Amino acid sequence: MSTTINSPAEPTTPAGKAADFLDQRTKIGVLTKQLVRKVFPDHWSFMLGEIALFSFVVLLLTGFFLTMFFEPSMELTEYHGEHPAQLHGQLMSVAFASTVEMSWEVRGGLLMRQMHHWAALVFLASMVVHMMRVFFTGAFRKPRELNWLVGTSLLILGLGAGFTGYSLPDDVLSGNGLRITDGVVKSIPVIGSYMSYFIFGGEFPGEHIIPRLFTLHILLIPALILALIGVHLFLMVLNKHTQYPGGGRTDKNVVGVPAVPVFATKMVGNFFIIFGVLALMGGTMAINNVWNYGPYDPSLVSAGAQPDWYMLFLEGSLRLMPGQGTEWVIAGYTLSLNVLIPAVVIPGMLFTFLFVYPFLEAKVTGDHREHHVLDRPRNRPVRTALGVAFLTAFIILAVAGSNDLLATHFVMSLNAITWALRILFFVGPVLAFWITKRICLGLQRKDRELVLHGHETGRIVRFANGEYIEVHRPVDEQERWLRVNYEAYRPLEIAPATDARGVRRKGYRSDRRWQRISRFFYEDRVEPVTPAELAAAHAHGEHDEIEAQRGTPELVSGSASGEREH
Amino acid sequence: MKALAARRHHRAAPVVLLLLALLVTGGVYAVLAPSPATADTASTADIETGKKLFQANCATCHGPNAEGTSEAPSLVGVGAAAVDFQVSTGRMPMQMNGPQAQEKPRQMNEEQTAALAAYVASLGPGPSIPTEEQVDASKGDPASGAALFWTNCAMCHNAVGAGGALSEGKWAPELHDVSERNIYNAMVSGPQSMPVFNDANITPEEKRDIIAYIVEQRDGSAGGLTLGSLGPVSEGIWTWVVGMVLLIGAAVWIGAKSS
Repeated sequence: MSTTINSPAEPTTPAGKAADFLDQRTKIGVLTKQLVRKVFPDHWSFMLGEIALFSFVVLLLTGFFLTMFFEPSMELTEYHGEHPAQLHGQLMSVAFASTVEMSWEVRGGLLMRQMHHWAALVFLASMVVHMMRVFFTGAFRKPRELNWLVGTSLLILGLGAGFTGYSLPDDVLSGNGLRITDGVVKSIPVIGSYMSYFIFGGEFPGEHIIPRLFTLHILLIPALILALIGVHLFLMVLNKHTQYPGGGRTDKNVVGVPAVPVFATKMVGNFFIIFGVLALMGGTMAINNVWNYGPYDPSLVSAGAQPDWYMLFLEGSLRLMPGQGTEWVIAGYTLSLNVLIPAVVIPGMLFTFLFVYPFLEAKVTGDHREHHVLDRPRNRPVRTALGVAFLTAFIILAVAGSNDLLATHFVMSLNAITWALRILFFVGPVLAFWITKRICLGLQRKDRELVLHGHETGRIVRFANGEYIEVHRPVDEQERWLRVNYEAYRPLEIAPATDARGVRRKGYRSDRRWQRISRFFYEDRVEPVTPAELAAAHAHGEHDEIEAQRGTPELVSGSASGEREH
Repeated sequence: MKALAARRHHRAAPVVLLLLALLVTGGVYAVLAPSPATADTASTADIETGKKLFQANCATCHGPNAEGTSEAPSLVGVGAAAVDFQVSTGRMPMQMNGPQAQEKPRQMNEEQTAALAAYVASLGPGPSIPTEEQVDASKGDPASGAALFWTNCAMCHNAVGAGGALSEGKWAPELHDVSERNIYNAMVSGPQSMPVFNDANITPEEKRDIIAYIVEQRDGSAGGLTLGSLGPVSEGIWTWVVGMVLLIGAAVWIGAKSS
């Protein structure tokens, strides 16, 4: 760091001279200094996004290797490779043959293919986990709503990349996936069949879909992902990183370590670990043995035909939907609700929830401030519960997508499983919401208890008058900060229906509607301990605080205006 | 050894040796002799034994003359192959009712199975048990077998024979541990929910090709652990169980190191 722009001394070393040369022309020193000294808060959960980033790097590297050998053509060919024996002389597309050849004939080809596939599965998984961290800690709040949108778009692009890649080898499994896609496209009213012809260049499967998907998979989607990752990281640096609540951490500072050397070292170390784990998986665990599924033939479907895990929810949604009585022909057009609802409406709802949630929450909270300190999930019971309900629905659908394996491995009736999951899809999220919310409120009450009365020490003392008490050790300042430094939001307060002169106020009905949603969010809440309450608890004396807050008055079921607050 | 050496001139030594020799001969005969008898040639004696076994173990459900009852189908004309499959895999005699008969430790030994098969085969013409050569995987062509398997079998048994679910609690079993003979038996007799693939449908040579493909799958996968050959669902589970657990574990580890 000897070369700063203010340094009056001439550089003497060759490296110094080179740096000075560059700096005088580009002012790169300023930027480097800023980045090097950029402070990042330190927490393991802030590295989940890194897993996604670095598995994407692995995807680019291995994917580049694969493009050297893959031929995206649907022309027919006969397989003449020595291995595997089961494909000798079989008729297949060039795409399938080149996939098999790159696995069996190209040195390191199978390792690269398997690493690529595992990295794809881990990429999606780490994005989901990263997103869960951001959601449950409220890191999407102002000023980061835009970055949440970028992230959600990245998730969708990731799904797209996964889907297009999964379809490229042109084996039976990927062909089945494309057939379902074809069905889904055709279920769109009126334009469906035209869209299908447009996508496949004629009737399914046609001869164009593999080259088209190839272009999407290796050019368009990765370019978009790269660009959005750039925006994502830029916004992260611009908005500064969020931090977990703790002593001394406020919305106006960032407590952490500088990027260089500590944070950068950890990041590089994490990259090597991620690369290592993916290489280990690619080297030891077989994935997508396409030669076992065989070249695509529209007449074949094998048992256990499923998409990769991130698409299982769609498969499950289709499997759960009853088929009979949900397909109508109206004026010559077929309306296939049995496909449209599970494959278009349900995922549409799930993703709409993800896209609008930050704005919805800001609206019902009536909160326009910036937030840089994260929430503890328990302190936002309804948000946490909604997130868990969402995940529950997602997992139930994914389980439904594996219902046949469930049936064989747990010796159950496929039909019974399907019916149970149909009911569970509606009941499960509600139950999950309710249970999570209760757990959050319970944890908040426990926090209050702890702040007011301190830790139990297990030391029992008998007084001269014969009374026994357990000695409590008061919480220290850090512990208290963590537990009291949050805001228990209250339902929106709205202006009355009429103004001072008794004239009906415009927009009152909409306000009321928002207030009702707001009440759903914040009606049940546990207020943090106030200094007055703390003083009162301490004033009770060290021994009879047990009687202090009988009957949990801290849980207030307040009205919208909050007037009933004590 | 010394004690033996000292007594080898004992008066009783020849007698003991003779007895031992007789025992060995008898024992070896007892082990080896029945095996040729299990081959296709069903003697009248076998049929008689089989009938007795049938009446003791099977007649309750299948009727005293295998004519079938309301509980179980008639066995006239199912052939020796069906009996061999059902009895040698322990599915029959059935122990409990369920969506379908379950595989269990076999109740009849090789001889008894052969006798039962001979008896049922004597009731009416039906598919017979294949010869050793008919099920010799090394003589089959796995490429032809693979194509046939994917077209005819994979929709229930999965692309590599890992098994799959059918409706109402029924299932198509996993094929990796099924003997070559029983794979053939199953194809010609169509047990449980399985359709019959007769010789006009899939020729005996093609059946052997299919067996060759299934046997090839026993070698495992070139890419490492097969993970049950169940496809994307198990791959997804391992993504989370191995990949995400290791990587999140690493993140926690890195994050825990004091900065």
